[in-house]
Amino acid sequence: MSDAIAAHAGSPGAHAAHHSDLQHHFDSLEQQHEAATLGMWLFLITEVLFFGGLFLAYTLYRIWYPVAWAEASRELDIVLGAFNTAVLIGSSLTMAFAVRAAQTGKQRATVVWILLTMALGLVFLIVKYFEYKEKFEHHHVPGPNFAFEGPQAGPAQIYFSLYFLMTGLHATHMIIGFVIMAVIAWMAHKKRFTPEWYTPVEISGLYWHFVDIVWIFLFPLLYLVDRAGHFA
Amino acid sequence: MFAGIPLLPEQASTLAADVDALYLFIVAVTAFFGILTTVVVIYFAAKYRTDDPLKVGARIHGSIPLELAWSIIPFLITLVIFAWASSVFFDLQRPPDQTLEIYATGKRWMWKFQHLDGQNEINELHVPVGRPVKVTFTSEDVIHSMYFPAFRTKADAIPGRYSSVWFSATKVGEYHLFCAEYCGTNHSGMVGRVVVMEPTAYEMWLTGNVSGGSLAQRGERLFSDLACNTCHLSDGRGRGPSLARKFGASEKLTSGTTVAIDEAYVRESILMPQAKLVDGYQPLMPTFQGLVSEENVMALVEYVKSLRTQDTAVSRAEAPEEPAKPTAPQENR
Amino acid sequence: MTVAAPRVTYLNHEHTVASWLLTKDHKRIGIMYLLVVTFAFFLGGLFASMIRIELATPAGDLVSADTYNKLFTMHGVAMVFFVLIPAVPAILGNFVLPLQLGAKDVAFPKLNLLSWYVFVIGFLFTVYAMVSGGVDTGWTFYTPYSSRASNTIVVATGLGVFITGFSSILTGLNFMVTIHRMRAPGLTWFRLPLFVWAIYATSLVQILGTPVIAITTLALAIERFLHFGIFDPVLGGDPVLFQHMFWFYSHPAVYIMILPPMGAISEVIAAFSRKSIFGYSFVAFSSLAIAVFGFLVWAHHLFVSGISVYSALVFSLLTYAVAIPSAVKTFNWAATMYRGAIWLKAPMIWAIAFLGLFLVGGLTGLFTAALGVDVHIHDTYFVVAHFHFIMVGGAIMGYFAGLHYWWPKITGKMYSDIWAKVAAIIVFVGFNLTFGPQFILGYLGMPRRYHVYPPEFQVLNVLSSAGASILAVGYILIAIYLVASIFWGEEAGDNPWHATGLEWTTQSPPLPHNFATQPVVTEDAYEYSKREIKVV
Repeated sequence: MSDAIAAHAGSPGAHAAHHSDLQHHFDSLEQQHEAATLGMWLFLITEVLFFGGLFLAYTLYRIWYPVAWAEASRELDIVLGAFNTAVLIGSSLTMAFAVRAAQTGKQRATVVWILLTMALGLVFLIVKYFEYKEKFEHHHVPGPNFAFEGPQAGPAQIYFSLYFLMTGLHATHMIIGFVIMAVIAWMAHKKRFTPEWYTPVEISGLYWHFVDIVWIFLFPLLYLVDRAGHFA
Repeated sequence: MFAGIPLLPEQASTLAADVDALYLFIVAVTAFFGILTTVVVIYFAAKYRTDDPLKVGARIHGSIPLELAWSIIPFLITLVIFAWASSVFFDLQRPPDQTLEIYATGKRWMWKFQHLDGQNEINELHVPVGRPVKVTFTSEDVIHSMYFPAFRTKADAIPGRYSSVWFSATKVGEYHLFCAEYCGTNHSGMVGRVVVMEPTAYEMWLTGNVSGGSLAQRGERLFSDLACNTCHLSDGRGRGPSLARKFGASEKLTSGTTVAIDEAYVRESILMPQAKLVDGYQPLMPTFQGLVSEENVMALVEYVKSLRTQDTAVSRAEAPEEPAKPTAPQENR
Repeated sequence: MTVAAPRVTYLNHEHTVASWLLTKDHKRIGIMYLLVVTFAFFLGGLFASMIRIELATPAGDLVSADTYNKLFTMHGVAMVFFVLIPAVPAILGNFVLPLQLGAKDVAFPKLNLLSWYVFVIGFLFTVYAMVSGGVDTGWTFYTPYSSRASNTIVVATGLGVFITGFSSILTGLNFMVTIHRMRAPGLTWFRLPLFVWAIYATSLVQILGTPVIAITTLALAIERFLHFGIFDPVLGGDPVLFQHMFWFYSHPAVYIMILPPMGAISEVIAAFSRKSIFGYSFVAFSSLAIAVFGFLVWAHHLFVSGISVYSALVFSLLTYAVAIPSAVKTFNWAATMYRGAIWLKAPMIWAIAFLGLFLVGGLTGLFTAALGVDVHIHDTYFVVAHFHFIMVGGAIMGYFAGLHYWWPKITGKMYSDIWAKVAAIIVFVGFNLTFGPQFILGYLGMPRRYHVYPPEFQVLNVLSSAGASILAVGYILIAIYLVASIFWGEEAGDNPWHATGLEWTTQSPPLPHNFATQPVVTEDAYEYSKREIKVV
């Protein structure tokens, strides 16, 4: 039975002269890189489904309670939200530059661009902290202390439940991304990346861009419900 | 039936036999294919058995005609089952136009029934034989499910909305009522019985169990106690729309869409008045969430229903047929 | 039979505890999953035994109502999330997949180890909930009971399920990349063993579906813990939304549970018929079809929950559609046996038992998919019987078929063939006696999750409980002879079953890095005979 399979003595790159970054279960750096990239894309697809459940709930309730959605949305600070959107888009730009720098072997520039990305991410989180604080002070946090004027209070509490779940989940991903960036920055500082192998930078970049894109959906959905004439 | 164990529950409603016929058809189909496949497998295992580990089987790749056959034929059979089952489903879900209406609520762990004439029951439901009955119900707390096995029907009782089941009982007797959605500690204790009676016995039961006026009358009292009548003036010039001749009609909303005025809409208007606001009116109505029990909401719904043929306060809801005065001794009920 | 010199295997080349707990070897990780899953299985089985003992009498005389409710909940949680979902993928998949692909390991070995730790942490959360008083919401956690009314340890259990979900996601991701990127030279897609196709289809479902249960359980835990209001009807929320979100994953989840065992069955039937699986590409595509269609039927769990009649029609039709690929597979398996050389060793007995029980389980799905019948049988013992036939009669039997098939490769030892066949028969008989009467009970109207029941249902319940005791004996027997084989079993040799497949070309137990030299594939899977015969 087993003569159907021929033994193959030593595939290229399996031993002797193999790259220090090549993990032992892979045959080539290229295979390793393709596996890592595919893996990260698949992970991001799972993240889409993860956030997706909340987007589904949001869509349903917005269709049922458009008035409550509009009133509650107007309670959010549109200036801070827009500012944060710009900050995150900027951080994606710096991240793209970081990947480019790693790709072209510019070690120091890689570190700088990643640190900039982290700084922008931190700005985002700080702004978020102030937004949450304000929500807390206005009793817009769902639960026993929730207070909302008018007859839309019930659905408005659902709106804010979704607001905190969606932005909270997003912020958690930002914090994780921040930690990942710190690790990547450290590795770049230690000159671990070369033009032949900078995969961790690239796939971390994919993750960061994804977190940015989620926010780009969250901002209009949460902040821009029926804002015509209501910019304060 | 074997050893005295029945295979089917009693058929006590007009649709029970339809459901059982469908069921037995599916039993026949599945038994046929199940037994056929099992026999084939066992036959092959026996016929082609060998103890020689080095012997190999024939090299057979497959057969597209066979694959098509055993994909398409089963699918067509399932389509037949689907069509038949859907037809039975329509019958189960669509009550006839004229039904005896009963309201109910489920709450942990009991069923409370309200008859139109004011009779209230807990865990028991008296109905006449041979007449379509529709039970409209909700839950006061968690999800329950109203299940009458003898009638082959059930529906979940969901807090926040109305569900309904309908049946037309065909046999006098007592049958199980079960809660069929897990609801906590005493889920298996949330049971009762439906008592199907001859029409005369039913009428006697009705007259013997009235307390405090019909459901619609109770609703009318609530309507004034809760000051609904201060806004919902019957001449239409109040802060809220008139409710006369509204039930069963359609209404245009501020959003531009139209809504059918049914039990669910009336309930929603009481508990979440701003959700579907009638066109031309201001969002002034306060919510009565937490101020009115689900049972009282049903009384109010029934009151609004009673206004569909008249526009002033009703003194007695649609009178049931006058009960025939029996000369025979009373039923022991 | 003695071994000439002690060989290096993945089992003996390192002995320390750290070498196991920090291993990146997919084979060792598979065994670590085996230990946790087996423990969870016996835990769930213990709860099931108490349920069946209680249900032997109509009165609630063994345990209180609250305890009973916790028993069936924890039975479900343990079995669904910690046995059925991981059993074949995380144990057999981890062990066998790289071997069948001719690879040295999975694509991300460290992630694989992390998956195991995540699994264990999730399990510990759940065990903590069990020992601190338990959960009584049912494994389905329906709101508002779970979010507002239950006063049991819902949050910890919900978080346990949430965390464990990531183990499933990461494993699916790992396997998918492995299959895409790490096949041996010459191993094209249509030369893959059908087990690999099954794992691939399963990974699709794990990746797309599990995140939804993750967000659902997270939302539930937060709703309960922080009093958010997404499912709260008092605020205008919809408790049925929870059901939609829950079943959007939990229905595809049952395909996570059945597809890998079906893959194992394909391997066993091919090996013990010494013949290629009939209609290979149809079986492969059926796996994919099941994975995809499985996402389109979730609302058949909501037929009486107030969905519209038209929605119900659509979901009923789609449910019938998803049944067809499973039927196609079953017919192909049977056709494989035609003119085979059937070697009735223990794995084949398990596989034939699977066929019988899976048939019943699948066919009874036709009842629950039928709207007019489902109104009557929904939430009764009919449904309980249906899903146990598929989950236990199908998935668990398939798991055991695979375990018995690959046990010699995993351990290098042979178990007692006689005892394994005896166990298969005991399990088959016990299983039918346990769950067969439940179909009748359900149609008679006995609702599920009932602690006490009307006396007229007692006879059938007693039959069911008697069957359960036989079933328990069968399962315990398996543990005994398999463990015994580790100490006293015969040496298995590289390929005791004379089967095709790359896993059988290497030693038993395998080397730490699987193959001495990189295999190259030049033939289709299941190449037993050379002469082609046409039928029909």
